[in-house]
Amino acid sequence: MRSSTLKVDGSEGKVSEKLIKFNLITERSGGYVVDITIFLQVLVNSILLGGMYAVISIGLNIIFGVLKIVNFAHGELIMLGMYISYWLTVLYGLNPYITLPIVAATLFLIGLVVERVLIKPILNAPSINQLLTTAALILILQNIALILWRADYRGVSVKMPLISIGPIFISATRLVAFIGGLAASLCLYYILMKTDLGIRIRAVAQDPEVAQIVGVNVPRIQTLTFGLGAMLAGIAGSLMIPIFMVNPTVGSNFGLIAWVIIVLGGLGSFTGALIGSFIVGFIEAFVGILISLEMARAVAFLAFIAILLFKPAGILGEKARV
Amino acid sequence: MLEVNDVSAGYSLLRVLWDVTLKVSSGERVALIGPNGAGKTTLLRVVVGLLQPYGGKVIFNGEDVTNIPTFDRVRKGITLVPEGSRVIPRLTVYENLRAAATTKEAKDKFTDTVDMLFTLFPILKERKEQLAGTLSGGEQRMLAVARGLILRPKLLLVDEVSLGLAPKVVTQIYDSFKELSGMGITLVLVEQYVRKVLQSTDRAYLIEQGRIVLSGSSRELMVNEYVRKAYLGD
Repeated sequence: MRSSTLKVDGSEGKVSEKLIKFNLITERSGGYVVDITIFLQVLVNSILLGGMYAVISIGLNIIFGVLKIVNFAHGELIMLGMYISYWLTVLYGLNPYITLPIVAATLFLIGLVVERVLIKPILNAPSINQLLTTAALILILQNIALILWRADYRGVSVKMPLISIGPIFISATRLVAFIGGLAASLCLYYILMKTDLGIRIRAVAQDPEVAQIVGVNVPRIQTLTFGLGAMLAGIAGSLMIPIFMVNPTVGSNFGLIAWVIIVLGGLGSFTGALIGSFIVGFIEAFVGILISLEMARAVAFLAFIAILLFKPAGILGEKARV
Repeated sequence: MLEVNDVSAGYSLLRVLWDVTLKVSSGERVALIGPNGAGKTTLLRVVVGLLQPYGGKVIFNGEDVTNIPTFDRVRKGITLVPEGSRVIPRLTVYENLRAAATTKEAKDKFTDTVDMLFTLFPILKERKEQLAGTLSGGEQRMLAVARGLILRPKLLLVDEVSLGLAPKVVTQIYDSFKELSGMGITLVLVEQYVRKVLQSTDRAYLIEQGRIVLSGSSRELMVNEYVRKAYLGD
């Protein structure tokens, strides 16, 4: 198994500190050596990250697919989910994972209200108006959070062991987030593909006018879809509160990356969002370890631009839509 | 069954229909004929509610439906088979039908209706699991008609069903209309294929430049001097 495949050079102090923190490096005479187990470790990390991104981006993507609305405030919905999970945990001593169904239901309802009040009136408006409305929603939600909960970083720690499989370590909280995220995504996929509601959602996404002339209540499907998307954001929030700290502006991180992922995968495509999630997870995990954490996002964005140069509609754009 | 009273309609400043009035009784087969751009499609869109008229009323079974949304009109029994068929491309044939089962009645009778439709259009049964977007033009047209029938409508509006299709397929679709009217479904057919549609309908309206210029039994219009010159090429 052990073969020295790559040598990390450059700022050695920094590398060592970071990699040791992640349990990923062995110090040998003459430098730091990355071995095959590290690749496996980073691969595992990237897959875990991808599963988390999937639930975020799929929620955003289904909203775009059906309403053709660019919801810039998706990250803020995740932020709300994190806060609700946090407060339920802190105030009632619940395990954050137990709060998940409550958070999901709350965000679903919030989604319904937001769609009815803010989104519905602008569905047929010029896209600049839509953009400004959802951008305004970012400010509204961030400032509500700031007023209610101040700017402090808050987190919940869940006592869960570090799982080790041979030389590979897996953080249990990340594993739960991965499994939960993927399970939520697959549930949505099942709903979309197999149920009457899902077939109608897909019909509205593809041709709202035809959906109407076969009697589909299009406005209701749009509201429900926004609710479902917000619910996925809430689920993401609940799954992430044991991993990341929450503060009122935490959403911008997630919102932006979710956009990158769904544009990369192909707007409106379920499978595309899934693929995009794992690509971005992969790039971020590898760059984070091999170059630096600060560069991870930047390289992911560069890769995003590079892929769009060759596939302007995204990887599955126009091909395998929802 | 359907009354269109003094309807004027258009697209923002472009006025297409001028004070159109027509009546369709239950069980009738009615043709709307006229040249390209006369307003036939626009009239159907007003009837089904996809376009809000400037003025006038649409009355269905004695009820004013001018201000209710399309999906509600559909649930009351009006269905449109739109121009160019417009099947939902990335749903399978079967899913296209399933998406259309939006009323309780349609859902309860879904299996029976689908069996009936598959007898009417056997090719759709063969293509059941295929994505609708991959069907041929004629098959898509049949699917669009079948989709409309899932709802067991009282009034079926059909827009240019023959456009671009092989004569054999057109005949097959028109044969299916005969069966439909036998089942008591009222039909309004918009068509440029004038001879065929006049042969298959009871009454007809001729629309030119947004106005109804002639109406009568299809037989009368067939022998009308003007219609024969302008539309039948006699």
